[in-house]
Amino acid sequence: MKEKLVLIGNGMAGVRTLEELLKIAPDKYDITVFGAEPFGNYNRILLSPVLCGEKTIDDIMLNDLQWYEDNHITLYAGKWVTEINRARRTVSTSDGIVVPYDRLLLATGSNPFIIPVPGKDLQGVVSFRDIHDVDAMLKAAGEGKRAVVIGGGLLGLEAANGLKLQGMDVTVVHLLDTLMERQLDKPAADLLKGALEARGLNFLMEAQTEAILGGERVTGVRFKDGLEIPADLVVMAVGIRPNTALAEQAGLYCERGVVVNDTMQTYDPRIYAVGECVQHRGATYGLVAPLFEMAKVCANHLAHLGYSRYEGSVISTKLKVTGIDLFSAGDFHGDETTEDIVIKDAAQGVYKKLVLKDNRIQGAVLYGDTIDGSWYFQLMREGTNVSDFRDQLLFGQGHLGDSGHSGENAASAMSDDMEVCGCNGVCKGDVVNAITQKGLFTLEDVRAHTKASSSCGSCTGLVEQILMSTLGNDYSETPAKKPLCKCTDYTHEEVRHTIREHHLTSIKAVMEYMEWRNSDGCHVCRPALNYYLISTWPGEARDDYQSRFINERVHANIQKDGTYSVVPRMWGGLTNPAELRAIADVVDKYAIPTVKVTGGQRIDLLGVKKEDLPGVWGDLNKAGMVSGHAYGKSLRTVKTCVGSEWCRFGTQASMGMGVELEKITWGSWTPHKFKMAVSGCPRNCAEATIKDFGVVAVDSGWELHVGGNGGVKVRATDLLCKVKSGDEVKEYCGAFLQLYREEGHYLERTAPWIERVGLSYVKEKIVEDEACRKALYARFLESQQYVQQDPWAERAGQGVDQHEFIPLKEVG
Amino acid sequence: MTNWIDVGKLEDIPKLGARVVKTEEGDVAVFRTADDEVFALRDRCPHKQGPLSQGIVHGRRVTCPLHNWVIELESGEAVAPDKGCAGVYSVKIEAEKVLLGLKGN
Repeated sequence: MKEKLVLIGNGMAGVRTLEELLKIAPDKYDITVFGAEPFGNYNRILLSPVLCGEKTIDDIMLNDLQWYEDNHITLYAGKWVTEINRARRTVSTSDGIVVPYDRLLLATGSNPFIIPVPGKDLQGVVSFRDIHDVDAMLKAAGEGKRAVVIGGGLLGLEAANGLKLQGMDVTVVHLLDTLMERQLDKPAADLLKGALEARGLNFLMEAQTEAILGGERVTGVRFKDGLEIPADLVVMAVGIRPNTALAEQAGLYCERGVVVNDTMQTYDPRIYAVGECVQHRGATYGLVAPLFEMAKVCANHLAHLGYSRYEGSVISTKLKVTGIDLFSAGDFHGDETTEDIVIKDAAQGVYKKLVLKDNRIQGAVLYGDTIDGSWYFQLMREGTNVSDFRDQLLFGQGHLGDSGHSGENAASAMSDDMEVCGCNGVCKGDVVNAITQKGLFTLEDVRAHTKASSSCGSCTGLVEQILMSTLGNDYSETPAKKPLCKCTDYTHEEVRHTIREHHLTSIKAVMEYMEWRNSDGCHVCRPALNYYLISTWPGEARDDYQSRFINERVHANIQKDGTYSVVPRMWGGLTNPAELRAIADVVDKYAIPTVKVTGGQRIDLLGVKKEDLPGVWGDLNKAGMVSGHAYGKSLRTVKTCVGSEWCRFGTQASMGMGVELEKITWGSWTPHKFKMAVSGCPRNCAEATIKDFGVVAVDSGWELHVGGNGGVKVRATDLLCKVKSGDEVKEYCGAFLQLYREEGHYLERTAPWIERVGLSYVKEKIVEDEACRKALYARFLESQQYVQQDPWAERAGQGVDQHEFIPLKEVG
Repeated sequence: MTNWIDVGKLEDIPKLGARVVKTEEGDVAVFRTADDEVFALRDRCPHKQGPLSQGIVHGRRVTCPLHNWVIELESGEAVAPDKGCAGVYSVKIEAEKVLLGLKGN
């Protein structure tokens, strides 16, 4: 017999918990749901657009009645649970339905706070909480009618904006002199007030409501100072209170909310609570993002998995008023121990303030330009030391490094037909529609449904911004702790650490030890695990080819038509007549359609049929050429300029140095591709300052640069240090490569890796700590012994992996 | 009527891998899972015709090498929210031989 689970409260938190539970334990419980409203579960976040007339109730349904049926859930919609009997383990409704439970989930949400003034119960006085309220407002609305919104916080302003769009004359009344004082500081609030006034809203600041006037229906509002203003509708939006009535009746311990522990259990362990009704570690929450985190944990515990804990949420705020970009998080007021960095350009409507303490972000307020909100928020939650880029911080992430693709920075100013994702041709309208119609809350969801930001990722900030401006407050941030993939909750770091600590040497061992959810993982985790294993245990862990992406499995680059490209290594970009003849011959012999010179100073043969690959390689091998690893997350090229061997400006032999570096490093596998260059003088013709490791010769020695890349977001290198001898160049190069190999996340290039760990850290390990550098270099050379065999020769001449290149069978 | 064709032994296909059978109807990808189940799909992703035989196999699914669409081996259907079907062929193992069911003449 299945256990019985009863959910009281058919809102977003409760139903989200059920969804999470059904994902991990679909058959565990017989589920019954009670909801006070006569509907399925709808997206409360989007009540604002319904009020604005931008959407209908049907548009914002998340789970219609069919969903309950499909999942065999008994739904009592429009029923009030009036009693929980903990001794008998039953719940009963006002009209006599009694249902037993084994486990009970409370998600009773919150109630709007109604200020206790005379007239609060008059007709035409409403709150802004559910579909019923929105209906009441829409009925009362009408051209030329007057609305008074009490409360200049988030909800109040959204209500005011909606009523204004319904043609009403709206006055917002606020007790303090600063709008949204819990989310904004005074300068930002003043900009916001100005923008809303320009839209025709009226404000009455520092006004205390004394009475709501009228006989049966509301006719006006009177304030403490005696002022009276007429009103046909009064909206109370001064705050919410956790709804604990039922829990208290059942004798559960409550303070401001129903008190729960880190597994979302109340003082009665059979009874769980999630959402706005709970109080966890002293905090109550009124936003959706934390509710989703709670739902995950609660479902995990209900499914008897019990390894997940809720540890509280750090939240950020966003106003959902079309055309106004606003973001805040953390402690943005600061005190005598903190420092502010501020930009204000009132004419452009831009204000940004960051509060720092010990070079870590404590809080942020952004108005007008919020593109970097999610970045600041991430830096804040992760406690990143920003001293390495503090001077650039306020200009945003797009400004880091040198230049680049910073993209649009005002999602709200974009029209629906403007392109957001240039890789996949996704417009703003596509993203907004997917979010609202499919009920999406996270960046991952949007990626899956629209493909926006799923390829090169350069528009991620913009997509997050559209998410924020569409969902407002309730945008569910990418969690601080990012799991490696959907098969696990562990992060890249935790997985790497465990592989090293517990001496795990196979993918199977990692998956078993770390309790992977899918027995053979997925296309995301398997290549990552394979890399972590072979880089941690060189010569010991077996390279699992079935866990490698096709390019690395067959040592060539797959093309759109299923043919491959072949790039032989040209050491330091140098070649000779014999190599060029061999290339020309192989192109003729195998009728290779395209021959192209690459940016990395080599030659690319494109359109080779898979079955021809071993033959092509064999011919190239005969001329002394080996694989260029142009297909791998590995050492790619070492680009050089001619240097002092020929150039009249050259200060050092850059070609020779390039060839030496390539001879040492070729064949090594890295978290992502790794490119190098050597320039013979500061004119830097080899473009060494946009490489992962760049060397620029100067008269007195060599400058070493790290962490550059071209591509999506150009990032110029940071100067690591200057060295005197060629031997030092090699040692620093190998040590840097090894540090990246040991600590970079799979598919993270050196640029984001350095931004994550900080240049100071890299300098500490490579430049300042000689012993550490030498040890890294030694480990690098050790691991190179196992990989410097030409994979092409093995396949062309020694019959390795023949099955990859010939069909299983030809029929007919 | 299904025409069962012997395309080789199970060991000829790598575990968590695939091999191609060239037919008059086009390439067919024959997959082998971790549990030695075999499945056959038309070797063309419904998205941009990527060769599914070259993808990473996990569970009863394969990820297309071109743009990471995930395709169910059993049904050929793309995993939601993507939509499309690669097309399935019947395949079975008898006496250690992999038999692929082609439509016949």
